[in-house]
Amino acid sequence: MTLALIDTSTANIASVRYALNRLGMDPVLAATPGDAQSATKLVLPGVGAAGPAMRALERSGWADALRNDTRPLLGVCLGMQLLFGESDEDSGAGGPVSLLGLVPGRVERLDPAGAGPWPHMGWNTLDFLPGSDPLLEGIEPGAHVYFVHGFYVPEGPATIATTTYGPGISAMIRHGHIAGCQFHPERSGAVGARILSNFIKG
Amino acid sequence: MLARRIIPCLDVRDGKVVKGVRFKDHEIVGDIVDLARLYAQQGADELVFYDISASPEGREVEPAWVGRVAQVIDIPFCVAGGIRSVTAARARLHAGADKISINTPALENPSLINDLADEFGSQCVVVGMDSRKIGGIWRLHQYTGDPDRTLTSERDTLSWIKEVVDRGAGEIVLNCMDQDGVRQGYDIEQLIVAREVCPVPLISSGGAGAMDHFEDVFKKANVDGALAASVFHKGVISIPDLKTYLAQSGIEVRP
Repeated sequence: MTLALIDTSTANIASVRYALNRLGMDPVLAATPGDAQSATKLVLPGVGAAGPAMRALERSGWADALRNDTRPLLGVCLGMQLLFGESDEDSGAGGPVSLLGLVPGRVERLDPAGAGPWPHMGWNTLDFLPGSDPLLEGIEPGAHVYFVHGFYVPEGPATIATTTYGPGISAMIRHGHIAGCQFHPERSGAVGARILSNFIKG
Repeated sequence: MLARRIIPCLDVRDGKVVKGVRFKDHEIVGDIVDLARLYAQQGADELVFYDISASPEGREVEPAWVGRVAQVIDIPFCVAGGIRSVTAARARLHAGADKISINTPALENPSLINDLADEFGSQCVVVGMDSRKIGGIWRLHQYTGDPDRTLTSERDTLSWIKEVVDRGAGEIVLNCMDQDGVRQGYDIEQLIVAREVCPVPLISSGGAGAMDHFEDVFKKANVDGALAASVFHKGVISIPDLKTYLAQSGIEVRP
Protein backbone atom coordinates (compact mmCIF):
# COMPACT_ATOMS: atom_id res chain seq x y z
CA MET A 1 0.00 0.00 0.00
CA THR A 2 1.36 3.42 -0.90
CA LEU A 3 -0.03 6.66 0.36
CA ALA A 4 0.07 10.06 -1.31
CA LEU A 5 -0.08 13.28 0.64
CA ILE A 6 -1.66 15.96 -1.55
CA ASP A 7 0.55 19.03 -1.40
CA THR A 8 -1.74 21.96 -0.73
CA SER A 9 1.28 24.05 0.30
CA THR A 10 -0.33 24.68 3.67
CA ALA A 11 1.44 24.53 6.95
CA ASN A 12 0.44 21.18 8.41
CA ILE A 13 1.92 19.00 5.68
CA ALA A 14 5.07 18.32 7.70
CA SER A 15 3.03 17.37 10.79
CA VAL A 16 0.83 14.97 8.82
CA ARG A 17 3.83 13.44 7.07
CA TYR A 18 5.65 12.90 10.38
CA ALA A 19 2.53 11.32 11.90
CA LEU A 20 2.38 8.86 8.99
CA ASN A 21 6.13 8.24 9.34
CA ARG A 22 5.56 7.31 12.99
CA LEU A 23 3.10 4.67 11.74
CA GLY A 24 5.76 3.23 9.44
CA MET A 25 4.46 4.88 6.26
CA ASP A 26 6.52 6.90 3.82
CA PRO A 27 3.93 8.93 1.92
CA VAL A 28 4.64 10.44 -1.50
CA LEU A 29 4.31 14.22 -1.44
CA ALA A 30 2.09 14.82 -4.49
CA ALA A 31 2.11 18.36 -5.89
CA THR A 32 0.19 17.14 -8.97
CA PRO A 33 -2.09 14.13 -9.64
CA GLY A 34 0.72 12.63 -11.72
CA ASP A 35 2.91 12.40 -8.63
CA ALA A 36 0.29 10.14 -6.98
CA GLN A 37 -0.18 7.62 -9.80
CA SER A 38 1.29 4.74 -7.81
CA ALA A 39 -0.61 5.60 -4.62
CA THR A 40 -3.52 3.47 -3.46
CA LYS A 41 -4.83 5.97 -0.91
CA LEU A 42 -4.83 9.75 -0.66
CA VAL A 43 -4.63 12.20 2.24
CA LEU A 44 -5.71 15.82 1.77
CA PRO A 45 -4.31 17.99 4.59
CA GLY A 46 -4.89 21.70 4.98
CA VAL A 47 -4.96 24.62 7.37
CA GLY A 48 -5.81 28.25 6.75
CA ALA A 49 -8.43 29.71 4.45
CA ALA A 50 -10.62 27.84 1.95
CA GLY A 51 -10.21 30.31 -0.94
CA PRO A 52 -6.44 30.08 -1.37
CA ALA A 53 -6.51 26.30 -0.77
CA MET A 54 -9.12 25.79 -3.52
CA ARG A 55 -7.20 28.00 -5.92
CA ALA A 56 -4.08 25.90 -5.25
CA LEU A 57 -6.02 22.67 -5.94
CA GLU A 58 -7.48 24.12 -9.17
CA ARG A 59 -4.04 25.25 -10.39
CA SER A 60 -2.35 21.93 -9.69
CA GLY A 61 -5.08 19.90 -11.41
CA TRP A 62 -5.97 18.18 -8.15
CA ALA A 63 -9.51 19.63 -8.02
CA ASP A 64 -10.54 17.96 -11.29
CA ALA A 65 -8.59 14.79 -10.53
CA LEU A 66 -10.26 14.32 -7.14
CA ARG A 67 -13.72 14.70 -8.70
CA ASN A 68 -12.96 11.64 -10.86
CA ASP A 69 -10.94 9.59 -8.37
CA THR A 70 -12.21 6.48 -6.59
CA ARG A 71 -9.28 5.78 -4.25
CA PRO A 72 -9.88 6.05 -0.50
CA LEU A 73 -9.40 9.70 0.46
CA LEU A 74 -8.99 11.22 3.92
CA GLY A 75 -9.40 14.97 4.31
CA VAL A 76 -7.89 16.55 7.43
CA CYS A 77 -9.15 19.81 9.01
CA LEU A 78 -9.52 22.30 6.14
CA GLY A 79 -8.93 19.28 3.88
CA MET A 80 -12.19 17.79 5.21
CA GLN A 81 -14.10 21.03 4.63
CA LEU A 82 -12.84 21.25 1.04
CA LEU A 83 -14.67 17.99 0.25
CA PHE A 84 -18.06 19.72 0.65
CA GLY A 85 -19.99 21.91 -1.79
CA GLU A 86 -19.55 25.46 -0.65
CA SER A 87 -18.06 27.49 2.21
CA ASP A 88 -19.32 30.68 3.82
CA GLU A 89 -15.72 31.82 4.14
CA ASP A 90 -15.07 34.96 2.12
CA SER A 91 -13.80 33.95 -1.31
CA GLY A 92 -11.93 37.25 -1.64
CA ALA A 93 -14.45 38.26 -4.35
CA GLY A 94 -17.29 38.97 -1.94
CA GLY A 95 -19.09 35.63 -2.14
CA PRO A 96 -18.92 32.09 -0.80
CA VAL A 97 -16.12 29.75 -1.89
CA SER A 98 -16.98 26.88 -4.24
CA LEU A 99 -15.38 23.70 -2.92
CA LEU A 100 -14.68 20.26 -4.43
CA GLY A 101 -18.31 19.17 -4.18
CA LEU A 102 -17.53 15.52 -3.43
CA VAL A 103 -19.79 15.38 -0.36
CA PRO A 104 -23.19 17.11 -0.08
CA GLY A 105 -23.26 19.87 2.52
CA ARG A 106 -21.88 23.31 3.24
CA VAL A 107 -19.29 24.87 5.51
CA GLU A 108 -20.58 27.59 7.82
CA ARG A 109 -19.07 30.03 10.27
CA LEU A 110 -19.07 28.56 13.77
CA ASP A 111 -20.91 30.50 16.45
CA PRO A 112 -19.84 29.05 19.83
CA ALA A 113 -22.83 30.85 21.44
CA GLY A 114 -21.36 31.14 24.92
CA ALA A 115 -19.47 27.81 24.85
CA GLY A 116 -16.16 29.71 24.80
CA PRO A 117 -13.93 31.82 22.58
CA TRP A 118 -13.95 31.72 18.75
CA PRO A 119 -12.22 29.90 17.06
CA HIS A 120 -12.76 26.42 18.49
CA MET A 121 -9.25 25.57 19.67
CA GLY A 122 -8.24 22.69 21.91
CA TRP A 123 -9.10 19.14 22.93
CA ASN A 124 -12.75 18.21 22.63
CA THR A 125 -14.62 14.92 22.81
CA LEU A 126 -15.48 12.65 19.93
CA ASP A 127 -19.05 11.37 20.15
CA PHE A 128 -20.25 8.48 18.00
CA LEU A 129 -22.01 5.15 17.93
CA PRO A 130 -19.43 2.37 18.39
CA GLY A 131 -19.09 0.19 15.33
CA SER A 132 -20.43 2.87 12.99
CA ASP A 133 -17.30 3.17 10.86
CA PRO A 134 -14.01 1.27 10.47
CA LEU A 135 -12.07 4.54 11.00
CA LEU A 136 -13.36 4.59 14.59
CA GLU A 137 -12.31 1.06 15.44
CA GLY A 138 -10.52 0.86 18.80
CA ILE A 139 -11.62 4.37 19.83
CA GLU A 140 -13.85 4.94 22.85
CA PRO A 141 -16.71 7.43 22.53
CA GLY A 142 -15.75 10.51 24.57
CA ALA A 143 -12.06 10.31 23.61
CA HIS A 144 -10.42 13.72 23.19
CA VAL A 145 -8.99 14.96 19.90
CA TYR A 146 -7.40 18.29 18.98
CA PHE A 147 -9.46 20.86 17.08
CA VAL A 148 -8.47 24.22 15.58
CA HIS A 149 -11.11 25.78 13.35
CA GLY A 150 -13.45 28.75 13.01
CA PHE A 151 -15.74 27.29 10.31
CA TYR A 152 -17.56 23.99 10.53
CA VAL A 153 -19.84 21.49 8.83
CA PRO A 154 -23.17 21.05 10.68
CA GLU A 155 -24.28 17.51 11.41
CA GLY A 156 -25.62 15.86 8.26
CA PRO A 157 -26.04 12.54 6.45
CA ALA A 158 -22.26 12.11 6.07
CA THR A 159 -21.49 12.73 9.77
CA ILE A 160 -20.07 9.69 11.60
CA ALA A 161 -18.77 11.44 14.74
CA THR A 162 -19.61 14.76 16.33
CA THR A 163 -18.28 17.16 18.89
CA THR A 164 -20.10 20.03 20.58
CA TYR A 165 -18.93 23.64 20.87
CA GLY A 166 -22.10 25.67 20.71
CA PRO A 167 -23.75 23.69 17.91
CA GLY A 168 -23.06 20.04 17.06
CA ILE A 169 -20.06 19.87 14.73
CA SER A 170 -19.23 17.17 12.16
CA ALA A 171 -16.00 15.89 13.69
CA MET A 172 -15.69 13.00 11.21
CA ILE A 173 -17.49 12.32 7.96
CA ARG A 174 -17.88 9.40 5.55
CA HIS A 175 -19.32 9.43 2.02
CA GLY A 176 -18.45 6.25 0.14
CA HIS A 177 -14.68 6.12 -0.43
CA ILE A 178 -14.28 9.61 1.02
CA ALA A 179 -13.73 10.33 4.72
CA GLY A 180 -12.61 13.30 6.74
CA CYS A 181 -11.60 14.57 10.18
CA GLN A 182 -12.31 18.15 11.25
CA PHE A 183 -9.74 17.75 14.03
CA HIS A 184 -6.03 17.11 13.60
CA PRO A 185 -5.35 13.37 13.97
CA GLU A 186 -1.64 14.13 13.51
CA ARG A 187 -1.79 16.21 16.71
CA SER A 188 -4.29 14.12 18.69
CA GLY A 189 -2.00 11.78 20.57
CA ALA A 190 -2.69 8.04 20.58
CA VAL A 191 -6.34 8.52 19.54
CA GLY A 192 -5.35 10.41 16.39
CA ALA A 193 -2.64 7.87 15.59
CA ARG A 194 -5.20 5.06 15.82
CA ILE A 195 -7.56 6.84 13.40
CA LEU A 196 -4.73 7.33 10.88
CA SER A 197 -3.72 3.72 11.36
CA ASN A 198 -7.33 2.61 10.74
CA PHE A 199 -7.31 4.59 7.48
CA ILE A 200 -4.03 3.00 6.40
CA LYS A 201 -5.25 -0.53 7.18
CA GLY A 202 -8.88 -0.14 6.12
CA MET B 1 -16.90 19.61 26.22
CA LEU B 2 -13.70 21.48 25.47
CA ALA B 3 -10.95 20.46 27.89
CA ARG B 4 -8.79 22.93 29.81
CA ARG B 5 -5.22 22.67 28.55
CA ILE B 6 -2.11 21.89 30.60
CA ILE B 7 0.89 23.35 28.80
CA PRO B 8 4.49 22.75 29.85
CA CYS B 9 6.72 25.58 28.68
CA LEU B 10 10.24 24.75 27.69
CA ASP B 11 12.45 27.83 27.82
CA VAL B 12 15.26 27.20 25.37
CA ARG B 13 18.68 28.78 25.49
CA ASP B 14 21.55 27.61 23.28
CA GLY B 15 19.67 24.45 22.33
CA LYS B 16 18.94 23.33 25.90
CA VAL B 17 15.85 23.67 28.07
CA VAL B 18 16.53 26.07 30.95
CA LYS B 19 14.59 27.63 33.80
CA GLY B 20 15.39 30.68 35.87
CA VAL B 21 13.80 32.35 38.86
CA ARG B 22 12.20 35.69 38.05
CA PHE B 23 13.87 35.57 34.63
CA LYS B 24 17.42 35.42 36.04
CA ASP B 25 20.13 32.85 36.73
CA HIS B 26 19.00 30.22 34.25
CA GLU B 27 19.89 26.60 34.89
CA ILE B 28 19.87 23.79 32.33
CA VAL B 29 17.10 21.23 32.87
CA GLY B 30 17.43 18.97 29.83
CA ASP B 31 17.44 18.21 26.10
CA ILE B 32 14.65 19.68 23.95
CA VAL B 33 13.59 16.55 22.07
CA ASP B 34 13.84 14.25 25.12
CA LEU B 35 11.67 16.56 27.23
CA ALA B 36 9.17 17.11 24.39
CA ARG B 37 8.70 13.36 23.99
CA LEU B 38 8.43 12.83 27.73
CA TYR B 39 5.76 15.49 28.21
CA ALA B 40 3.74 14.29 25.21
CA GLN B 41 3.77 10.76 26.64
CA GLN B 42 2.72 12.02 30.07
CA GLY B 43 -0.41 13.68 28.72
CA ALA B 44 0.59 17.32 28.20
CA ASP B 45 -2.03 18.93 25.96
CA GLU B 46 0.34 21.24 24.17
CA LEU B 47 3.95 22.44 24.43
CA VAL B 48 5.48 25.89 24.13
CA PHE B 49 9.13 26.29 23.20
CA TYR B 50 10.33 29.75 24.02
CA ASP B 51 13.82 30.73 22.94
CA ILE B 52 14.47 33.25 25.67
CA SER B 53 17.77 34.40 24.24
CA ALA B 54 16.38 35.03 20.75
CA SER B 55 14.88 38.49 21.19
CA PRO B 56 17.71 40.06 23.17
CA GLU B 57 20.43 38.89 20.82
CA GLY B 58 18.44 39.75 17.70
CA ARG B 59 18.59 36.27 16.25
CA GLU B 60 15.88 33.83 15.31
CA VAL B 61 14.94 30.35 16.50
CA GLU B 62 16.95 27.63 14.81
CA PRO B 63 14.34 25.74 12.74
CA ALA B 64 16.36 22.51 12.82
CA TRP B 65 15.15 21.63 16.32
CA VAL B 66 11.59 22.58 15.40
CA GLY B 67 11.61 19.80 12.82
CA ARG B 68 13.15 17.33 15.25
CA VAL B 69 10.41 18.06 17.79
CA ALA B 70 7.67 17.79 15.13
CA GLN B 71 8.92 14.35 14.15
CA VAL B 72 8.64 12.86 17.62
CA ILE B 73 5.57 14.42 19.25
CA ASP B 74 1.89 13.92 18.46
CA ILE B 75 0.44 16.92 20.32
CA PRO B 76 0.38 20.55 19.18
CA PHE B 77 3.30 22.84 19.89
CA CYS B 78 4.07 26.50 19.65
CA VAL B 79 7.43 28.12 18.93
CA ALA B 80 8.30 31.53 20.35
CA GLY B 81 11.30 33.79 20.41
CA GLY B 82 12.67 36.36 18.01
CA ILE B 83 10.17 35.80 15.18
CA ARG B 84 10.21 39.17 13.42
CA SER B 85 8.89 38.42 9.95
CA VAL B 86 6.37 36.41 7.95
CA THR B 87 9.30 34.52 6.43
CA ALA B 88 10.67 33.50 9.83
CA ALA B 89 7.20 32.40 10.94
CA ARG B 90 6.66 30.38 7.75
CA ALA B 91 9.93 28.50 8.25
CA ARG B 92 8.81 27.34 11.69
CA LEU B 93 5.26 26.44 10.65
CA HIS B 94 6.44 24.50 7.62
CA ALA B 95 8.97 22.69 9.81
CA GLY B 96 5.99 21.35 11.77
CA ALA B 97 5.16 23.91 14.48
CA ASP B 98 1.42 24.39 14.93
CA LYS B 99 1.61 27.97 16.18
CA ILE B 100 4.10 30.76 16.45
CA SER B 101 4.17 33.21 19.33
CA ILE B 102 5.50 36.74 19.23
CA ASN B 103 6.17 39.05 22.16
CA THR B 104 8.79 41.83 21.88
CA PRO B 105 8.57 41.99 18.04
CA ALA B 106 4.81 42.59 18.33
CA LEU B 107 5.43 45.57 20.65
CA GLU B 108 8.07 46.96 18.30
CA ASN B 109 6.00 46.41 15.15
CA PRO B 110 2.31 45.74 15.91
CA SER B 111 1.40 45.35 12.22
CA LEU B 112 3.41 42.11 12.24
CA ILE B 113 0.38 40.57 14.00
CA ASN B 114 -1.88 41.56 11.08
CA ASP B 115 0.63 40.25 8.54
CA LEU B 116 0.93 36.88 10.29
CA ALA B 117 -2.83 36.50 10.75
CA ASP B 118 -3.48 37.37 7.09
CA GLU B 119 -0.86 34.92 5.88
CA PHE B 120 -1.44 31.92 8.16
CA GLY B 121 -4.77 32.53 9.89
CA SER B 122 -5.38 33.73 13.45
CA GLN B 123 -5.36 30.16 14.77
CA CYS B 124 -1.55 29.99 14.52
CA VAL B 125 -0.80 33.47 15.81
CA VAL B 126 -0.19 33.70 19.54
CA VAL B 127 0.84 36.91 21.25
CA GLY B 128 2.81 36.50 24.45
CA MET B 129 3.08 39.29 26.95
CA ASP B 130 5.10 39.80 30.12
CA SER B 131 3.24 41.97 32.56
CA ARG B 132 3.61 43.27 36.10
CA LYS B 133 1.86 45.88 38.21
CA ILE B 134 3.67 49.19 38.46
CA GLY B 135 1.99 52.12 40.21
CA GLY B 136 -1.33 50.32 40.27
CA ILE B 137 -1.37 49.60 36.50
CA TRP B 138 -0.38 46.38 34.76
CA ARG B 139 2.37 47.21 32.29
CA LEU B 140 4.26 45.26 29.66
CA HIS B 141 7.92 44.37 29.70
CA GLN B 142 10.20 43.70 26.73
CA TYR B 143 13.37 41.65 26.24
CA THR B 144 12.58 39.62 29.33
CA GLY B 145 15.09 36.89 28.42
CA ASP B 146 17.98 39.17 29.39
CA PRO B 147 18.03 40.85 32.83
CA ASP B 148 20.44 43.53 31.57
CA ARG B 149 18.10 44.63 28.79
CA THR B 150 14.62 44.11 30.27
CA LEU B 151 12.58 47.25 29.60
CA THR B 152 9.23 48.45 30.80
CA SER B 153 7.03 49.37 27.86
CA GLU B 154 4.80 52.41 28.04
CA ARG B 155 1.82 50.30 27.07
CA ASP B 156 -0.65 49.02 29.60
CA THR B 157 -1.44 45.34 29.40
CA LEU B 158 -5.22 45.47 29.06
CA SER B 159 -5.29 47.90 26.14
CA TRP B 160 -2.58 45.83 24.45
CA ILE B 161 -4.70 42.67 24.78
CA LYS B 162 -7.57 44.44 23.01
CA GLU B 163 -5.29 45.78 20.30
CA VAL B 164 -3.60 42.46 19.47
CA VAL B 165 -6.97 40.70 19.24
CA ASP B 166 -8.23 43.42 16.87
CA ARG B 167 -5.10 42.87 14.79
CA GLY B 168 -5.78 39.15 14.49
CA ALA B 169 -4.10 37.37 17.38
CA GLY B 170 -5.78 34.01 17.96
CA GLU B 171 -4.51 33.36 21.46
CA ILE B 172 -2.91 35.29 24.33
CA VAL B 173 -0.30 33.96 26.75
CA LEU B 174 -0.19 36.29 29.73
CA ASN B 175 2.96 35.83 31.78
CA CYS B 176 2.53 37.51 35.14
CA MET B 177 6.08 38.45 36.08
CA ASP B 178 5.56 39.08 39.77
CA GLN B 179 4.61 35.43 40.14
CA ASP B 180 7.06 33.87 37.68
CA GLY B 181 9.28 31.15 39.04
CA VAL B 182 8.29 31.63 42.68
CA ARG B 183 5.53 28.97 42.73
CA GLN B 184 3.09 30.93 44.89
CA GLY B 185 0.17 30.55 42.49
CA TYR B 186 -1.01 32.27 39.34
CA ASP B 187 -1.79 36.00 39.41
CA ILE B 188 -5.53 35.46 39.68
CA GLU B 189 -6.32 39.16 40.14
CA GLN B 190 -4.61 40.11 36.88
CA LEU B 191 -5.93 37.12 34.94
CA ILE B 192 -9.55 37.82 35.91
CA VAL B 193 -9.29 41.32 34.52
CA ALA B 194 -7.47 40.09 31.40
CA ARG B 195 -10.15 37.44 30.83
CA GLU B 196 -12.83 40.13 30.77
CA VAL B 197 -11.19 41.93 27.84
CA CYS B 198 -9.88 38.86 25.98
CA PRO B 199 -12.35 37.20 23.56
CA VAL B 200 -9.80 34.67 22.23
CA PRO B 201 -8.23 31.76 24.17
CA LEU B 202 -6.26 33.01 27.19
CA ILE B 203 -3.37 31.05 28.69
CA SER B 204 -2.08 31.85 32.17
CA SER B 205 1.65 31.77 32.84
CA GLY B 206 3.84 32.35 35.87
CA GLY B 207 3.48 31.14 39.43
CA ALA B 208 2.32 27.51 39.34
CA GLY B 209 3.66 25.68 42.38
CA ALA B 210 0.98 23.24 43.45
CA MET B 211 -1.98 21.41 41.94
CA ASP B 212 -4.55 23.67 43.59
CA HIS B 213 -2.99 26.65 41.78
CA PHE B 214 -4.21 25.11 38.51
CA GLU B 215 -7.66 24.49 39.97
CA ASP B 216 -7.81 28.13 41.14
CA VAL B 217 -6.82 29.63 37.83
CA PHE B 218 -9.35 27.56 35.88
CA LYS B 219 -12.19 28.14 38.32
CA LYS B 220 -11.53 31.77 39.26
CA ALA B 221 -9.99 33.27 36.12
CA ASN B 222 -11.68 30.95 33.56
CA VAL B 223 -8.53 30.67 31.47
CA ASP B 224 -8.44 28.16 28.59
CA GLY B 225 -5.05 26.77 29.49
CA ALA B 226 -2.39 26.99 32.16
CA LEU B 227 1.28 27.07 31.34
CA ALA B 228 4.02 26.05 33.74
CA ALA B 229 7.67 25.11 33.61
CA SER B 230 9.67 24.45 36.76
CA VAL B 231 7.02 22.41 38.58
CA PHE B 232 7.05 19.96 35.68
CA HIS B 233 10.78 20.06 34.92
CA LYS B 234 11.69 19.50 38.57
CA GLY B 235 9.09 16.81 39.10
CA VAL B 236 7.17 18.78 41.75
CA ILE B 237 3.93 17.95 39.91
CA SER B 238 3.40 15.05 37.53
CA ILE B 239 0.99 15.71 34.68
CA PRO B 240 -1.02 12.47 35.15
CA ASP B 241 -1.52 13.31 38.86
CA LEU B 242 -2.51 16.86 37.98
CA LYS B 243 -5.08 15.67 35.41
CA THR B 244 -6.61 13.28 37.94
CA TYR B 245 -6.74 16.02 40.59
CA LEU B 246 -8.41 18.50 38.20
CA ALA B 247 -10.95 15.93 36.98
CA GLN B 248 -11.88 15.19 40.61
CA SER B 249 -12.27 18.94 41.16
CA GLY B 250 -14.88 19.04 38.40
CA ILE B 251 -12.66 20.55 35.71
CA GLU B 252 -12.88 19.11 32.19
CA VAL B 253 -9.48 17.73 31.22
CA ARG B 254 -8.18 15.24 28.70
CA PRO B 255 -7.28 12.14 30.72
